[in-house]
Amino acid sequence: MMPFIIKNLPILIVITPLMFSLIVAVLNNNRLAWTLSTFASFLTMIFTIFLCFEVSYKSNISYYLGNWPPPLGIEYVIDRISIIPIMIVSVIGLIATLFAHNFFTLEIDEKLVSKTYSLWLLTIAGLIGLITTADAFNLFVFLEISSLSAVALVALGSKVDRKALVAGYNYLILGAVGATFYVIGVGLLYGVTGTLNMGDLAQKIPALGLNKSVIVAFTFMMLGIMVKAAVFPLHIWLPNAYAYAPSPVSVLLAATATKVSIYIIVRISYTIFGSSYEIYSFESLRYILLYLAILAMFAGTIMAIFEKDVKKLLAHSSVAQIGYIVLGISLATSPGIASSFIHLINHALIKAGLFMSIVAMGYYTLKRIDVKTIAGLGRQLPITFFSFVICALSLAGLPLTVGFISKLYLIKAAYMSEGIWLPFLILVSSALSLIYIWKLIEGLWYSKKSLKIEKIRELPEIYLPLLVITFLNIYFGIDAGLIIDNSFIASDALMSGIR
Amino acid sequence: MIDQIFGVWNYWIVFILMMIGLYIVISKKSLLKKIVGLAIFQTSVFLLYITFGKIAGGTAPILTDNVNEIYSNPLPHVLILTAIVVGVATTALGLALTVRINKAYGTINEDEISASDLVEYHEKYLEDK
Repeated sequence: MMPFIIKNLPILIVITPLMFSLIVAVLNNNRLAWTLSTFASFLTMIFTIFLCFEVSYKSNISYYLGNWPPPLGIEYVIDRISIIPIMIVSVIGLIATLFAHNFFTLEIDEKLVSKTYSLWLLTIAGLIGLITTADAFNLFVFLEISSLSAVALVALGSKVDRKALVAGYNYLILGAVGATFYVIGVGLLYGVTGTLNMGDLAQKIPALGLNKSVIVAFTFMMLGIMVKAAVFPLHIWLPNAYAYAPSPVSVLLAATATKVSIYIIVRISYTIFGSSYEIYSFESLRYILLYLAILAMFAGTIMAIFEKDVKKLLAHSSVAQIGYIVLGISLATSPGIASSFIHLINHALIKAGLFMSIVAMGYYTLKRIDVKTIAGLGRQLPITFFSFVICALSLAGLPLTVGFISKLYLIKAAYMSEGIWLPFLILVSSALSLIYIWKLIEGLWYSKKSLKIEKIRELPEIYLPLLVITFLNIYFGIDAGLIIDNSFIASDALMSGIR
Repeated sequence: MIDQIFGVWNYWIVFILMMIGLYIVISKKSLLKKIVGLAIFQTSVFLLYITFGKIAGGTAPILTDNVNEIYSNPLPHVLILTAIVVGVATTALGLALTVRINKAYGTINEDEISASDLVEYHEKYLEDK
């Protein structure tokens, strides 16, 4: 039994949530649906941990779907690079599932709750599938699985606010256009190389030299994924989708969805086009993505400063944080990519914590969280507020939190390759982010007039998952060796593949 | 000249359909028309793939007695079968959302929806005051 499981781990992490989503969809009992979803995400995490051990001494697991060898069949690859986002999705997935139940029963029609869990597991399966697959077209299928289920989840927020429907609609249209752009790119690549396997593509592209079709294919693929990753000018769908989605959905999407798309950007630039890196990826990274990332840092932060709705504020800040991550990638050096992997992990922890604490406050007030309505709420909800402050300071990059580690490595990498001006800009935008963080903390704790809520009592099933995230925020801020070592191994593996 | 137009006839059609679809998605205010535009846009990509796969004079890729039979590449067709399913799912979800938006707002015009949201926002603002 055990060797069988070990052999099939790469597919099991995708199949487990996928199969459970089918089972959960037909259930009528909401509590049972939640228990099964938690079990499924727990199982996925256990499998991921097994995979971590496997990868640590094998370094590259290649799994042939249905025993069809690539390039004909679909290949799943787990290596030191892809294990990082898989770990993020499975850990955050489990914590968010534990956290979700109270909110789903409150915010969604009772009849729909079990279907919601089905979509929820489908999203997780799609995201993990996106990371594991090494087939360019299979990636598109998973892209659509994850984004269609995410759209449906966002639109389920319509019981609380009808704007969720429009937010979901915009997400759907932009996401579908992005995915179709990606397919056009893959089609053109297939037309000139005759293969869809990423490793095989990487071998065949250099022989074509500077080919016009490949240039167009590269542009289409990158643009399509940039929509999904919400890189600055293409981020329009993100703030509304995160703000009006049901609370647990905001947590899951904010912590995982864009991260996975950024990982695909890395894969496209360094794996598929890694073999002719100088021709295609390098210039697009250094001359386009770098400046878009800088714009994102400032645009996201400034939008967040002037935003009143707290969930939307956090979503705008996500746009800025995506800017930091993309900045690391676009430096095109090994420390740069390592720093963006570090921030990929840390930002997932930070944003999950922030969204969880904010929506927890919404649960107690039964209102949309506005900068005004949160007045003095921190005093009444000390545990939630404590977690919020830790995560918020982590976002700003205070020492002893994970945010500091990622800022440190990002600034170091930026200084090494660009000189002093880029670290300066990073520091300025970090300082600006303190403004909106302070605005929230001031409202929650120092505000004179306070909102009186009768019989407020913090529920353990809400604050325990939150405390786990907060603990991780502090733990990896003090003992960051694990994250840093693995990020550098991943970035060295990526850089060794390019020519 | 004639060759440039009629020799790559399929690609022209793909190009024209793609631009029509994308233009509808961007410019139309009706949520329903946007979905139609998206469907046209996706269909143009299907046609692009099918064109790659077709070889002039090639038959269907089935086993025949003639070993030297020229056959079209079946893989793009299979890929597009998958993409069609995805496209149907996208359209269905989009239409379902449009129905729900129509129920919630009473309109599917983008401008009227944002105007209605703005009115709601100001009413709430006055209430808070």
